[in-house]
Amino acid sequence: MTEQIDPRNVIITGVGGQGNVLASQMMGQALVQQGLVVTIGETYGASQRGGSVMSHLRISPTQQWSPLIPEGQAHLVVGLEPMEALRVMARYGNPAVLTLTNTRPIRPLDVIAGEADYPELEVILAGLARLSQKVWTVEATDIALAMGNPIFSNMVILGAMANLGLDWFPLRRDSFQEVLGLLLPAKAMASNLEAFDRGQEAVRELAL
Amino acid sequence: MSILSLDQPGRTVLFMGNEALARGAIEAGVRVCAAYPGNPSSEIIGSLSQVADELGLYVEWSVNEKVAAEVAAGASLGGMRSLTAMKHNGFNVAADFLFNLSMSGIRAGMVIVSCDDPLALSSTNEQDTRPYAKMLDLPLLEPSDFEEGKRMVSFAFDLSEELALPILVHSVTRFSHARGNVTLGPIPRGQAKPFFDASRGVFPKPIEQTHPALHRKLKRAGEAIQAAGFNAYLGPEAPELIVVTCGSGVGYVKEALHNLDAAGRVGILKVGGTWPLPAAALREHLARCQQVLFFEEVDPFLEDNVKAFCAQEGGALGGKTFYGKASGHMPDWGENTPDVAIAVLAKVLDISYRPPRPAAYAAEAAELAAQLAPARTLGFCAGCPHRASFWSIKNALALDDRQGFTFGDIGCYAQGRGPSGFGVMKTLHAMGSGAGMADGFGQLTRFGAEQPVLAVCGDSTFYHSAIPAILNARYNNASLLMLVLDNSATAMTGFQPHPGVGKNAMGQAAPKVDLAEVCRSIGAEVIEVDPFDVEKTTAIIYDLLQDLQGIKILVLKQECALVRGRRQKLLYKVAVDSDKCRGQDCGCNRFCTRVFKCPGLIWDPTAGKADIDEAICSGCGVCASICPAGAISREAV
Repeated sequence: MTEQIDPRNVIITGVGGQGNVLASQMMGQALVQQGLVVTIGETYGASQRGGSVMSHLRISPTQQWSPLIPEGQAHLVVGLEPMEALRVMARYGNPAVLTLTNTRPIRPLDVIAGEADYPELEVILAGLARLSQKVWTVEATDIALAMGNPIFSNMVILGAMANLGLDWFPLRRDSFQEVLGLLLPAKAMASNLEAFDRGQEAVRELAL
Repeated sequence: MSILSLDQPGRTVLFMGNEALARGAIEAGVRVCAAYPGNPSSEIIGSLSQVADELGLYVEWSVNEKVAAEVAAGASLGGMRSLTAMKHNGFNVAADFLFNLSMSGIRAGMVIVSCDDPLALSSTNEQDTRPYAKMLDLPLLEPSDFEEGKRMVSFAFDLSEELALPILVHSVTRFSHARGNVTLGPIPRGQAKPFFDASRGVFPKPIEQTHPALHRKLKRAGEAIQAAGFNAYLGPEAPELIVVTCGSGVGYVKEALHNLDAAGRVGILKVGGTWPLPAAALREHLARCQQVLFFEEVDPFLEDNVKAFCAQEGGALGGKTFYGKASGHMPDWGENTPDVAIAVLAKVLDISYRPPRPAAYAAEAAELAAQLAPARTLGFCAGCPHRASFWSIKNALALDDRQGFTFGDIGCYAQGRGPSGFGVMKTLHAMGSGAGMADGFGQLTRFGAEQPVLAVCGDSTFYHSAIPAILNARYNNASLLMLVLDNSATAMTGFQPHPGVGKNAMGQAAPKVDLAEVCRSIGAEVIEVDPFDVEKTTAIIYDLLQDLQGIKILVLKQECALVRGRRQKLLYKVAVDSDKCRGQDCGCNRFCTRVFKCPGLIWDPTAGKADIDEAICSGCGVCASICPAGAISREAV
């Protein structure tokens, strides 16, 4: 039996416009349907203006925790953007943290302007590997672009999260589907579910 | 289908704090809801607008918070329960009216939600709105979790109606923009017919009657809030320390005690009714021990008032040692977190706490993040019309060469003060203040001022409060160039419609109030231009600056890229011709990415040339007109 840890702490991080808030909302809603108590804290004041966006999810069988995770207490970090996953480790990482990240970079303004460098993906992944117990990757943006629109990447990531084999993160496809029905127009159902399924298939553990 | 309107009593769902408050209003039978959007409050009325049809509500985006409060009060006088919600700045706008309304009273239940933004995560300033409750003599409720938020709003409607007094409900970003479990209650059906009882008027005077009556109502409110159980003591019978806290602080303190393993030593006095002070609860629980810590955000509102209460109570409560902002134990600005709670409680309780990770790990993580993750400076979205507008303003001012400058205002375009707006905007204050301040500078030519003065405001800000300043400029003949950055939405807060859009909050067609026509009607010279045509826009701004007598108005009209993107991803297919792009060798020194800084443009370090990021480019095509080598092509889609 695994140790009962209450709460379990998940951070979904990315850049404004990547659908972070919707992804965490859907996941949280699905977990509440499954009988869990979920608290989400969102920082998105400037989310559409190129800033970092982070959602804290506290998952508990028993109680409503605060919407912010204390220092060093993340159990799972999910990067919609790889550099953002690494950024989060500074405050919330610990040697047992598990990490899932999209592989597609979004360059900060300072990088575009030539005032800073965006490291090679391999360098970021190596950094994540040093700081995590285990790292998974998923080419979420590429899959979404192949589906015709980058906005699906957040659903690809959710699919990937559901397939990490974590017993404390029991996101089920049927509850996800029900939440899609509650939150999105009917015509968006099939494509979002397809993105979720593709994410489930495409997630890979990073070979260290 | 919407989760907010689910008629399934007993079902538990995940609600954003703002939705929990909205659901509380629905379950209390609210009929009229009005607000001006402002984060973190926007989703209260925003979510209600989505279910208005289904539930038979009237929901509007008003032009500003004062009007929204008046709309809600008017409905209340007509016997309909009403709700208004606003961010802290908006409360200031509505305050003038509310200071009269508290004395006149209302009829059907009326609830006013104020949402503060500690740390100014999506605001220009940091402000604690709670002291207004004391000034207004109005009851103030502060929910500490989502279920309680829903329950408090429902309770507030009943209390409001019973006392004929508006009730304040207070939230912060970490409540409004957080989510948690809420169990649905029933939605009442059927409604009374609106009627204004004209047999008696509703006035704040005579003061000798209304003010004492208000104080009596406030006292009754305190008793009702206490009886409803919103003030609660959690902890051991005889603690060594009591933490007096409210709102989001309750969760942080619980979390800290869990981490410090100190729940057995500390009591929490959760204050749900912050004003009037919960006298009965304070008398009962502060007597438990001598040490008191005040854990609250921004201003020491409970701290100062509870200390005054203890002084008044005198010996009955015994001598106390107070910890809080005055003692230096608590930060006196910014937002609280579990880590702040852990730190202050560890200090007061003399517990040595280390986060559950090795120090070496923390150091390495910090170092790797600093090395590999450069900060994300905020900027305009790809294809944002504001970038093009500020580009033209910058170039026109440079051509003019008289050190002309731009007063700024509130909206997405406030990034015009940063790198992606080329530092054009030089001030940022309240809604509409840029225009008003430009009026002031625009009078200084008589004292020898030689710099031309510009002001920018967005379309929603124009309707909200720039109109009086523009009118003032016309009347008093202030010389300025007013630039209205019209992107056809209240973009910053979530693209809410406004009077210029032709649609109301409930999605119905509405009369379009053309802002250019409003300006023409006062006799001002008005020109309209598409900011994506940077050459023409720059020339017009330059020309207008040459003979700046009185107010001239330029409307830069182009739809928000994100709003357009919902219908049509691209205006143009944009591409870089790698043969024409001379890359590192071009004298432009990466002009497109270094200076124009659109996130849709990237620099390919391997090829040493510019490129387009197809996942981000929104196809505005403006970069094609700024590349000196003509290497960026655009093809209409």
